[in-house]
Amino acid sequence: MPWTREQLAQRAAKELRDGFYVNLGIGIPTLVANYIPQGMEVTLQSENGMLGMGPFPYEGDEDPDLINAGKQTITALPKTSYFSSADSFGMIRGGHIDLSILGAMEVNGRGDLANWMVPGKMVKGMGGAMDLVAGVKRVVVVMEHTSKDGASKLLKKCSLPLTGVNVVDLVITDLGVFAIDKHGEAPMRLLELADGVSLDEIKAKTEAPFVSA
Amino acid sequence: MANKVYADARSALEGITFDGMMVMSGGFGLCGIPENLIIALRDSGVKNITVISNNAGVDSWGLGLLLETKQIKKMISSYVGENKEFARQFLAGELELEFNPQGTLAERCRAGGAGIAGFYTKTGVGTLVAEGKETKVFNGETFVLETGLVADLSIVKAWKGDKEGNLIYRETARNFNPMMATAGKKCVAEVEILVEAGELDPDAIHTPGIFVDRIVQGNFEKRIEQRTTRKRENA
Repeated sequence: MPWTREQLAQRAAKELRDGFYVNLGIGIPTLVANYIPQGMEVTLQSENGMLGMGPFPYEGDEDPDLINAGKQTITALPKTSYFSSADSFGMIRGGHIDLSILGAMEVNGRGDLANWMVPGKMVKGMGGAMDLVAGVKRVVVVMEHTSKDGASKLLKKCSLPLTGVNVVDLVITDLGVFAIDKHGEAPMRLLELADGVSLDEIKAKTEAPFVSA
Repeated sequence: MANKVYADARSALEGITFDGMMVMSGGFGLCGIPENLIIALRDSGVKNITVISNNAGVDSWGLGLLLETKQIKKMISSYVGENKEFARQFLAGELELEFNPQGTLAERCRAGGAGIAGFYTKTGVGTLVAEGKETKVFNGETFVLETGLVADLSIVKAWKGDKEGNLIYRETARNFNPMMATAGKKCVAEVEILVEAGELDPDAIHTPGIFVDRIVQGNFEKRIEQRTTRKRENA
């Protein structure tokens, strides 16, 4: 059985380490916050200008001045700090954030990532995604293994406009987990298979070359 | 001593708007936007403006108001997904759009206000945003040259301000406002609370008054774009 959205988030949460500063993208990556292991201290950054993001407010406690990068109302924690967008992206580009978990439309075996633009469709913009993938120490992609029509999203070469070149370290899909040698020449390494997914199945659904670890 | 305090948003923009001008507008989504000054800018009737803002408001609020009246010729933004009228005008070819990565946009404003003509960043290298731009290798890594931005006018929103123009922002409503305040040839700030000089803690001021030409106290709707909550646990 391929992993569900919740299982993907649970698997991505295994990439967290005690003391990490982490930026979570919109969608499945946001769910990772629900699976931070007990006793582990992780500080969530929101690129609109906040470190130490808390949970959603109780009904009636919403504060229009306190939102996350998805424009959702949130809360602060005792450790919270606020700062400008310039300081926020200084943190991001400057390599001070340990981990970014984000979604993707395509990834290739060299760690190139496309997740912001489909030519011919209304383009909403890249937001902070290009800064995050360029600057954060470790970039983990969480995505469906194939598109709705069954085409592999793990490609030899991305077909969509790129968000970053040689930026992805790890890809977690509903079928398995791959490590990428983004600065080297080695093929992707398959680290894990989702429960009940065979090597033959993942081979058939993966265009980019890979080796089994 | 020149008086920086204006009675309302409309008078605060008098004499400093003109057709074809470039305007920076603070805020992230609808959080920390200069909502009264946006309405005053609309009512000024200024046309063909270029607006630098991370987002483009929503239909009928924020910068969406200036889109409805077709006063905006071009937007420089990082994300514009929340506005149907924006999409309609863009797809009809009525509106120009330049996407900047969010951090690059913030830094372009910071640089413009700080007298920095350009800077090298690794954001966007190898992507569409780096096309046609100079690149340079530092310590084996490629960076792309981006330029500083200076606008004819910046409009910003702060929580507290004093009559000298010193500003303090609140929570995530700070966002782009501090950089934009520095990068307008004229800067007009609107605040929720306006006090006498000396009433703000000088150590707590985010934007020193030198950057602010005019200041006005406003009433704010502070609309929420995505109201997300959790249930109270029963005691």
